[in-house]
Amino acid sequence: MTDATLKAATDAGTPSWREMLAKSPGKARLLVVIATFIVWEIAGHTVLDPHFLSPPSAIVGALPRILSDLGVQKALWASFYELIIAFAIAIVAGVAIGLAVGLHRFTFRSSLPLILLLYSIPQVTILPLFVLYFGIGAGSKIAFGVSHGIFPIMLNVIAGVQSVDDAHLTAARAMGATRMQIIRRVVLPHMTPSLFAGLRLAMSGTLLGVLLAELYVSQGGIGYYSRVFADSFDPPATFALVTCLAVMAILLNESVRRAERRASFWRTHQR
Amino acid sequence: MNKPGIDWHARAIQVAFLAGVIALWYLVGATGKINTVFLPELPRVIEKFGQIVQTSRLYENLRVTLTELVAAFAIASTLGLTVGYFVGRSRYAALVFEPLLAGLFAIPLIVFLPLFILFFGIGMESKIAFGASYAFFPIALNTIGGISQVDPRFVTVARSMGANDAQLFRRVLLPAALPVIVTGLRMGCIIAFLSILGSEMIAGLRGLGSRVAALAEGMNTAEMFAYIVFVILLAALLNTMLTKMQRRFSEAGQAP
Repeated sequence: MTDATLKAATDAGTPSWREMLAKSPGKARLLVVIATFIVWEIAGHTVLDPHFLSPPSAIVGALPRILSDLGVQKALWASFYELIIAFAIAIVAGVAIGLAVGLHRFTFRSSLPLILLLYSIPQVTILPLFVLYFGIGAGSKIAFGVSHGIFPIMLNVIAGVQSVDDAHLTAARAMGATRMQIIRRVVLPHMTPSLFAGLRLAMSGTLLGVLLAELYVSQGGIGYYSRVFADSFDPPATFALVTCLAVMAILLNESVRRAERRASFWRTHQR
Repeated sequence: MNKPGIDWHARAIQVAFLAGVIALWYLVGATGKINTVFLPELPRVIEKFGQIVQTSRLYENLRVTLTELVAAFAIASTLGLTVGYFVGRSRYAALVFEPLLAGLFAIPLIVFLPLFILFFGIGMESKIAFGASYAFFPIALNTIGGISQVDPRFVTVARSMGANDAQLFRRVLLPAALPVIVTGLRMGCIIAFLSILGSEMIAGLRGLGSRVAALAEGMNTAEMFAYIVFVILLAALLNTMLTKMQRRFSEAGQAP
């Protein structure tokens, strides 16, 4: 441990830096990121072929260019729309199915093996079927996104419901709670951590599904444009597009995290 | 999955469900109400399946895909284990680099696929590179996780008894971290397989994925279904093998 600390610190230079970096890995991480970008920038101007890996400055320069393109604007909105709709459907269906399966012993024992069986199918292979059934428009992208996002939610909801303490259920029932009250007051609060872990996994799954379907066949969307930019030897534009995508993913991830904090406020009160 | 032995109850339900789906497929096809482009009749797909397993074309495509998988997995596990080992050995390095790797893994690499194809060509190289870069992350992250979660007391005890670096690695770090690392390798292998299939489908000339895509484009749905069934069986086989391997290693790791 110590030699790595020292080594990382000596890289940084002066002793005060050394102490500061040893204390906060976060700052060291930032330094690593900045160093990577600097090396990338220098390499981009010297050794790297500009047709493949363009330096960060060129990517930032390409941002306004692609963002002012009407087609790209439309594509970003289209992808965002597909992503949101797919994510919403995956949440609603995933939570509903997860609750239905997890709450009863019978449905749990009979349906979980089926869910696991379906989950084990490599979904990329059936991508052509989605296009066949849902067309080449937004429908197939949404459906493919849902099929990627729904499983982590279902499985995490089931696991969350299963982890509810039997004593809590018995107590709620003894105090005369109805089925809806038990779900709302006992089961849902109990499974928040597990649900949100599932939501975050589902988020990246849905994004992957939507982008895969867009790359496969589409007339618009981010996947389509990343292909167009690569085909026209315009890597700065591809990277700029990925930057927009990363911002989109971070925003959605952050809203899931916010919702999680709001939903689990009672945990901090308790502990 | 963590319980050894087979859950016969679950197996029976899965088999019954599959039988139901197949029966339904057959019945729907027999009524002739559904366009065969959307859902080819079951007997036709079975017949096609019987035909394709006799063609050399299937084995040529299978060879391409499996070669890509082996190469991608070899590259990803070499890099992933090396990076994971060096980062995971120091708590500080793990704190610095682990979130960076996890953050990179959260970016959907799939958008870079056109660049991979531009850079490595449309042949096997681009699929190998793409599969390897996707599989690298779970392997590296699990290796970091596995090694950094080894109880520090084990390390201290081994050191105080005079273990050198190699002995510490072989006798303490490796056995204690192995179950987690093997989980990462298993995930990496599956992710490599899926991303290779996906990249073949999006842009490829050979391999199972591009064959499925070509059949879909030609609206040759019966043969496409036969190929899809073949790929799903292949994936199931791969999964079973990986599960067996994982179970053996995690037992070896936990053995007292």
